[in-house]
Amino acid sequence: MFQRILTVAQQEFRIGLRNRWILLSVVILSAFSMALALLGSAPAGTLDVSRMTITVASLSSLSVYLVPLIALLLAFDAVAGEIERGTLLLIFSSPMTRSEFLIGKAVGHICVLLLALTLGYGSTAMMLAATGGGDTSGFIDFARLIGTSAILGFAFLSLGYIVSSLVRQVTTAAAMAIGIWLVLIVLYDLALLGALVADSEGFFASSVFPFALLANPADAFRLFNLSALDANAMVGGMAGVAESLPFPPIAALASIFAFAGVAMSGAILLLKRVSP
Amino acid sequence: MNNTVLRAENVRMTFDGRDAVKDLSFELGSAERVALLGHNGAGKTTFFKMSLGFLTPTDGRIEVLGAEPGSDKARASTAFLPESVAFQRTLTGVEVLKYYAKLKGEDAKKAIGLLERVGLAEAGRRRVGTYSKGMRQRLGLAQALIGTPKLVLLDEPTSGLDPISRQNFYDLVTEISGNGATVLLSSHALTEMEARTDRILIMSKGKLVANDTLDHLRTAARLPIRLKVKSKEEPAEQLANRLGGTPVNCRSVEIMCAHEDKIARIAAVTSLGAMIEDIDVHLPTLDDVYKHFSEKADLEDSAGEV
Repeated sequence: MFQRILTVAQQEFRIGLRNRWILLSVVILSAFSMALALLGSAPAGTLDVSRMTITVASLSSLSVYLVPLIALLLAFDAVAGEIERGTLLLIFSSPMTRSEFLIGKAVGHICVLLLALTLGYGSTAMMLAATGGGDTSGFIDFARLIGTSAILGFAFLSLGYIVSSLVRQVTTAAAMAIGIWLVLIVLYDLALLGALVADSEGFFASSVFPFALLANPADAFRLFNLSALDANAMVGGMAGVAESLPFPPIAALASIFAFAGVAMSGAILLLKRVSP
Repeated sequence: MNNTVLRAENVRMTFDGRDAVKDLSFELGSAERVALLGHNGAGKTTFFKMSLGFLTPTDGRIEVLGAEPGSDKARASTAFLPESVAFQRTLTGVEVLKYYAKLKGEDAKKAIGLLERVGLAEAGRRRVGTYSKGMRQRLGLAQALIGTPKLVLLDEPTSGLDPISRQNFYDLVTEISGNGATVLLSSHALTEMEARTDRILIMSKGKLVANDTLDHLRTAARLPIRLKVKSKEEPAEQLANRLGGTPVNCRSVEIMCAHEDKIARIAAVTSLGAMIEDIDVHLPTLDDVYKHFSEKADLEDSAGEV
């Protein structure tokens, strides 16, 4: 069983290397994060926080946009693509089970993401360290960012597997994946913001809003990372929110895990109903 | 030991109220080479999917080596090549083959040897994206040979192959069955497999309309044998008068005769001795036999509907 999961994971990783997905992700992540580090860490001097920490704060917001996008683009092909190419028939005529297959895909894709994140963000961390901005807590912040980004990626990979198992055409799956990104990353926050403006003191702001943040893995990710930074108070934005939350920040991390777990189980259940 | 490798019993499969497969019953013994013929939509692929456990028959049952299709036991000894399979273009032939070997729990290094058997030893290190159609099909066959499958299902394995690749392909099929595996392959390319299969199944509109060796099918179809006789000098009309049959050009005559009259007619021709320059005997081809059986089923079908 583990042998087969590992085989699928290895193959996905190899494909990621071969079709330059990893390279592309590394280039995008490092280009954006370098730009943010160079431009966005300017206030560090005046605020008396490390340049690394303040860069991680900016990078958390970058991760919220890029990581789900990369994850969805990795995942949408997972089932629908294999159906279209006819390879799913082959795979499931071997002794492999549906859950082994999807778990293998997820492990492989998470490794792709981790490598891209480590190289992309790591290069920025190295650059900051080389120019004298490095410190131990800053490196820990970077490690936390990379780790939690991978978990966020897992949540969106699972969503991608769901759409990939729902439809038989790759192009439809791709369109749905982009739609999910648009709704959960862009529109969701806009809707929350609108509701918050309309009702800034009432029931919504105090009782619904915090849980609405928790329910969306992208918002939960931002919440956890910003509240985990020492520089919380100075970073602003979500900082005020983090302190007035009715739950500890670790609940946000648990929520991402729970979301990913439920979505992954859902994807496996859907795949079991797919006739290759 | 039970000798039946694949057994179908009154199998019916319905999609949206339409029968894709109905009343399908047959058995395949070990090391048999069997061709499943039928035009597009006759239910061949549906049958393969049922034999692999991807579709459950609406009625009836299928057994693979005495087990349920799709069960661990059945899957461990079944190999399959789908109709149109496109392996990852960015991977090499070796990488693709190793992948499937590991999924099947077989030795990946041993599987590489199969590339040589299908003539891809050289190309194994190149990416699949650079392969020709024939090479991709042979890679698919190599995949189906991993391990020691007892039942090999090939869904239209030769469609789109050139004649030489096709010949090589059937050589491999013969080799596989020589090693004790039962091969069931579907096709709508008919004439190519005359000498290559032990038995022929013909499906038409989801029904099995024939199940026998080619020789028996030929006899059962009672299709006429065509003799083409060419005279040395005499005009064709004269020849036609003496032998029966119809002149086709100024020196040749075509005679249609039943299977059992064949020898007598040939004897009649050879008795003319020096008059005859050449004689050709055209047995009905598989195309003719196939056409006969599927049209017969059509007739029965429309008779049933009236």
